Amino acid sequence: MENLVLQALSGLASASSLFLVASGLTVIFGVSRIVNFAHGSFYMLGAYLAWTFVTTLPRGHLGFWGGVLAAALLVGLIGVVVEVLLLRRIYRAPELFQLLATFGVVLIVQDLALLTWGAQDLLGPRAPGLRGGTEIFGMRFPDYELFLIGVGPVVLGLLVLLFRYTRWGTLVRAATQDREMVGALGVNQRMLFTSVFFLGAFLAGLGGALQLPRESVNLHMDLAIIAEAFVVVVVGGLGSLTGAALAALLIGELHAFGILVLPKITLVLVFLVMAVVLVVRPHGLMGKATGPAHGGAGGAEPVIGPAPRPLVHLGIAALVAALVLPPFAGDYALSVLTEIAIFILFAASLHLIMGPGGMASFGHAAYFGLGAYGAALAAKWLAAPMELGLAIAPFAAGLFGLIFGWFCVRLSGVYSAMLTLAFAQIAWSVTFQWVEVTGGDNGILGVWPEPWAAPKLVYYYLTLALCLGATLLLRRIIHAPFGYALRAQRDSALRAEAIGIDAFRIRWLAFALAAVMAGIAGGLFAYAKGSVFPTFLGIPRSVDALLMVLLGGVQTLSGPIIGALAFTGLQEQLVRITDLWRLILGLVIVALVLFFPQGLAGAARARWEARRGDA
Amino acid sequence: MLRISGLAAHYGRAHILDDVALEVGPGEVVVLLGRNGAGKSTTMKAIMGLVPPSAGSIRFLGREIAGREPFEIARLGLGYVPEERRIFSELTVMENLEVGRRSAPPGMAPWTPERLFALFPSLGGMRDRPGGRMSGGEQQMLTIARTLMGNPRLVLLDEPSEGLAPVVVERMAEAIGVLKAEGLSILLSEQNLHFARAVSDRATIIEKGRIRWSGTIPDLMAAEEVREQYLSV
Repeated sequence: MENLVLQALSGLASASSLFLVASGLTVIFGVSRIVNFAHGSFYMLGAYLAWTFVTTLPRGHLGFWGGVLAAALLVGLIGVVVEVLLLRRIYRAPELFQLLATFGVVLIVQDLALLTWGAQDLLGPRAPGLRGGTEIFGMRFPDYELFLIGVGPVVLGLLVLLFRYTRWGTLVRAATQDREMVGALGVNQRMLFTSVFFLGAFLAGLGGALQLPRESVNLHMDLAIIAEAFVVVVVGGLGSLTGAALAALLIGELHAFGILVLPKITLVLVFLVMAVVLVVRPHGLMGKATGPAHGGAGGAEPVIGPAPRPLVHLGIAALVAALVLPPFAGDYALSVLTEIAIFILFAASLHLIMGPGGMASFGHAAYFGLGAYGAALAAKWLAAPMELGLAIAPFAAGLFGLIFGWFCVRLSGVYSAMLTLAFAQIAWSVTFQWVEVTGGDNGILGVWPEPWAAPKLVYYYLTLALCLGATLLLRRIIHAPFGYALRAQRDSALRAEAIGIDAFRIRWLAFALAAVMAGIAGGLFAYAKGSVFPTFLGIPRSVDALLMVLLGGVQTLSGPIIGALAFTGLQEQLVRITDLWRLILGLVIVALVLFFPQGLAGAARARWEARRGDA
Repeated sequence: MLRISGLAAHYGRAHILDDVALEVGPGEVVVLLGRNGAGKSTTMKAIMGLVPPSAGSIRFLGREIAGREPFEIARLGLGYVPEERRIFSELTVMENLEVGRRSAPPGMAPWTPERLFALFPSLGGMRDRPGGRMSGGEQQMLTIARTLMGNPRLVLLDEPSEGLAPVVVERMAEAIGVLKAEGLSILLSEQNLHFARAVSDRATIIEKGRIRWSGTIPDLMAAEEVREQYLSV
């Protein structure tokens, strides 16, 4: 009993911290409609800056609390810089591009933090005056945790007062509903957005800074917290403060008791709750349906036409090169080429749901990874040969694509994307925590091809044949009646239904089909690497796929191919020549979003069409 | 006060407005008449900067405002009442008014909630009601009141009578009369000729994005063939 009370209290303390971060995220989303991936980076920066301030300032109350506050304020200012330099320019861009831009910021901040504070974990001092513990039911409970329990409700109260009773708060709430109208009434939206960003970043920074006495500061804080904060915000309902508070409470307690009851599946539990909430309440606990955020109508997507002749020639030339040159390439180059072929299929499979399907997936790596694990588990537990493993991979991925997709394609927009993320995280948690079967973090080793396919060159040709075939099949499907129906429901679900297209079924099948294709890619990847790891299903891998598709351009068929080539090539080169590849990749992403909002293939097509128009 | 010449606007490649010219003098009520889709709302939006004008000049109080941002234009003293009303449905009546509040230019008696409740008495009884829980007529009054809180010198009123019950339209006409008596200039857009002639001094007819006719209300009432050609349904 006593134990349960203490556990509940520590759950409350976590909920408080989580709420600080999530409240900033939800406030920013409410006004700007930007899903800010970089929010976790603000949190991490808050913790690092607090460490620097607190350890350099004189010890004592002023040094500690002053340092924490200074760190939070500085993070708020960093948020302003990010808003002014980057986000302000892309408020009208498609949602995924904004997300991509903020992910670029994540990469940049990671390397800047690494440069500034180094790779080792940093330990901060304990909070002055709160070093001890208080006796509760005969057990000691840390004072600092009690303090944190108080912080959450206090911040919630202040925010509610701010939004309800100040002119600024009224303007922000009005802008959340209709920002164009607020502008037409004489309010400078830019200032409003920038100030909202300051507040959001400040709260994230405060959340991070207050972690200092609790846990070590490290470079993994950003992605760890952002996944949880997303869950809290989505479960609570995007844009809702009270919803975020409720959800933080729910998730915090779930963690606390989950560890007690089912220590094996704590990670799964959180995302499972999110999935359940979204299925029951598609807009979260307290959320409402959000209208289109960008004022004007979305505008029709361009129709996909046949490739222009030069592009066909280029494609054939590339294909010939891919067939003829490899025998002259070394082992390393062959591995890179094999990977590129795999990623082209991976990107093309995601493109099917994003481009023609009009859905977003933040968790496409799940199906890649499930394919890889399907093959690896078959090899480990059934001693299946490679041929069987490669056949199992798409089935494993497709099966889960059918199950997960059935839930995901019911929702729309950000909620749907978040549900795909939730399922991907569930799959990731299972591979990570179910050590007996999956080997956990150590992965499954010894997944090698059969002797006939073992030479790198043979395996490359095998991969090329399968990936090329699958990619061409995807292209064929987009031009088949199924593809027409898929594009029809994207452009107008209502009109598509009116002419007899079952939009749900079409989306569901497309999702499953994309999963099958990703599974093929994953299976090939497993045998190419000889091993599988939970990272195959992680958020970064999903973001890689998103990057490839967006880099190439969503609304072109050659986009994912070019994107996969560009991304894999760029990353490969960057990793080889510099330790700061994240920084450079981040800058490249940001530049791309700012200057090539249609992606590489989209930009090339625009130029091509402009030139033809002149002639 | 407001002088527009050669105004053009596009949505993509489609011409929406072409060579639009208009003038509104101090204290004058001018009505922009035309059928659905003739370009009335787009003209209003272009003046307000919500649709970027692609050519032409919009001078307000002697200053060029074409190409400026909506909030800057609003701050110069131009009020905009959109056709769709666009009430902040989750904000109360008082909060909706607060969003519109700006200080008055010197020499002008500022609008206060109390004065506005005198103009629209039904709003005074529902100060704390959320905008989403009001009738269409009440919302229309609130959206005008919200714009007046910015103490504009000229108001763009986009189809204020649309979708309202005849009794409410009468009340709206009375309110516009009061505003005119206060010295406010108004550019009104309307399809309802009956309502328009009751409140306006002059009329301008727009059709397919071009100005087809301009003149006083008595002239318009005399020119039956003009009404026949551009306004009859």
